[in-house]
Amino acid sequence: MLEELLLRGGIVVDRDGTRAADVLVRDGAVAAIEPDMSAPNARILECDGCWIGPGFVDLHSHLRQPGQEEAETIETGSRAGALGGYTTLLAMPNTTPAIDSAAVVREVQALGASALCAIEVAGAITVGRQGDRLAPMAEMAALGVRLFTDDGSGIQDNRLMRRALEYAGPLGVTLAQHCEDEALAAGGSMHEGEVSSRLGIPGQPAEAEELMVMRDIALARLTGSPVHFQHLSTAGSVAMVRAAKAAGLPITCEATTHHFTLTDACCEGYDPHFKVNPPLRPADDVAAVKKGLQDGTIDAVATDHAPHTPDTKELPFDQAPPGMLGLETAMALTLGELDLVGDPVKLFALLSWNPAAILGLPRRDRLGVGMRADLCVVDPTVGWIVDPRKLASRSRNTPYAGRRLTGRVRHTVLRGEPVVVDAAATR
Amino acid sequence: MSTTHLRSIAELGREGIVEVLRVTDSMVEVSGREIPKVPALRGRTVVSLFYEDSTRTRLSFETAAKRLSADTMTFSVGSSSVKKGESLRDTVLTIEAMGIDAVVVRHSSSGVPWQLSQWLRPGVSVINAGDGWHEHPTQALLDAYTISKEHKAGTLEGLRVAIVGDIKHSRVARSDVACFTMLGAEVTLVAPPTLLPPSLEGWPVRVSHDLDEVLHDLDVCYLLRMQNERMSEALVPSMREYTSLYGLTARRADRLGEGCIVMHPGPMNRGVEIAPEVADLPNAVITQQVANGVAVRMAVLFHLLAGEVADA
Repeated sequence: MLEELLLRGGIVVDRDGTRAADVLVRDGAVAAIEPDMSAPNARILECDGCWIGPGFVDLHSHLRQPGQEEAETIETGSRAGALGGYTTLLAMPNTTPAIDSAAVVREVQALGASALCAIEVAGAITVGRQGDRLAPMAEMAALGVRLFTDDGSGIQDNRLMRRALEYAGPLGVTLAQHCEDEALAAGGSMHEGEVSSRLGIPGQPAEAEELMVMRDIALARLTGSPVHFQHLSTAGSVAMVRAAKAAGLPITCEATTHHFTLTDACCEGYDPHFKVNPPLRPADDVAAVKKGLQDGTIDAVATDHAPHTPDTKELPFDQAPPGMLGLETAMALTLGELDLVGDPVKLFALLSWNPAAILGLPRRDRLGVGMRADLCVVDPTVGWIVDPRKLASRSRNTPYAGRRLTGRVRHTVLRGEPVVVDAAATR
Repeated sequence: MSTTHLRSIAELGREGIVEVLRVTDSMVEVSGREIPKVPALRGRTVVSLFYEDSTRTRLSFETAAKRLSADTMTFSVGSSSVKKGESLRDTVLTIEAMGIDAVVVRHSSSGVPWQLSQWLRPGVSVINAGDGWHEHPTQALLDAYTISKEHKAGTLEGLRVAIVGDIKHSRVARSDVACFTMLGAEVTLVAPPTLLPPSLEGWPVRVSHDLDEVLHDLDVCYLLRMQNERMSEALVPSMREYTSLYGLTARRADRLGEGCIVMHPGPMNRGVEIAPEVADLPNAVITQQVANGVAVRMAVLFHLLAGEVADA
């Protein structure tokens, strides 16, 4: 039996705005939202000066299980997630083996059952993520998979992508795309442009992403099936999505924290911690991504949390694997870089209820009595410095080492259980 | 001493370049002696760490170090633990543990000298002997020295230099552009767009796609090696077409400006970027480039390491 919790003295945030209130949690659900409650038997979580809102949902977590447990496990990744305010993580399917069958979906779901976040599973669109033939999407959907992607690569074959969208239509699932034309991006370790030319690092042009965004918008129009674009990073992509949405097409998209906080100039020291795919872009693209987040073109902030062991990030830049950690830093970066200290509703929209809607989870944009107590408490004023050694992830590959951030997740509640209290994981 | 490393030309700066070229004169004199050896770096240890084959550059560095009485070690990747999967960092820290003063590194990946310098203890110099497509600073220094000796002007100030060929993949071109322009030369890059870097923003150069248009107006014509694999990457249709548009044929060589010298970093593809007979013309200074390589590398080692000796 879970103990009662009283989240006391905070400011409740949902789509209707903010209000000073306490939140009482009983039996894993929200039991009351009222100012100045007294609950003699409840464990008190102090929330003075903090925002209390629905738990965050990450549409893009690489939890590395099964197969790369030396980099991350569902346990360590979910602990990092909980510390970042997440109560739901969508596990990407580029594992070993890939999550491309009911059996692997079940394995990941079983591993996730005791995690510190709810683990949703993304299935692969094609067998082995090879881009050749369709994976059994209906069988996986029957187990609760709501989003499919070959993330790590995009589906190159136009006809196959069309068929996948058509087939997925009646399943009520969303296909998500890692947009990258492999022929045009081939060999590129960073954004192709002024910096890559100077550094002598093979680049991949923005157009490698944009061509696939363009194609999939066309295929969404052709098939009527929804498409979710993962980690959009260029001004051109944002502009195309803006136009497609205006035309009423069923398009959603996410941007990662690193694509609106870092530029390709970060690669100047040849540190592979700044190597990521899609690559860090120039300032104009970063500004366009920020604008897209502000005006609603980009629906959600995602992390693309991609743990890699330290030895792999000590390879030469062009040989190191792409990817960076994100779960523990995403909220503070979103808060600071998008200047949302005065707009907590927008912060929670980008990190919580918008991604929840894309994933087809129960609505969480209004906090009310009876809803599952997946909650996150944010202290928007506390400052901290990112120390890779102190991260809960099994890996250390944050690009923000030494960076001072403002805003920290104070408490996280998962199904009524306080999994993070005062910025420390409880298990 | 201001510099610890020589990873790029920019790191050396104009003043450093001028100083190295000045010291090179003394090193040429040393190399001409009956016993071409001085005790300047006695007790210092220089390791050459070559992840990419380059017997010429490696021998040039090792000869330079020996003429300055430094101890030298060669870490040859082919016969080493790297083949057994040892990481770059572990390899370097192992070598460092033996007690060394400088690492001369060549690697097919851009940026490796920067990574090494992060891991090594302060005081160990990293000398870039070529990293990926990025830089090859000692080549640029020996090129600048060769120009200053072989061109009648005696300086690079105001000289018109064309660098012709595969600029995109060339570490020599990136270092040469930085070095030559810092010394006051006007550099024109001559190549098809497919062999230029995707962006030249911020590069102090002019660009031409027509070698014939620039030929008559040159003081230095610098040809880069053209590799066969560029055809498979669809960067040029054929070597024949490349030669017809960008090769220094005998006919083109006739049209070079009065006093123009012809250079090449080697190894040459005779008949591709340079006609066989052109490479042997008196105004081709390609063997002088090689000859100056040792003296320039002596000057670089002296510049980076001799200060420490004096302090010790």
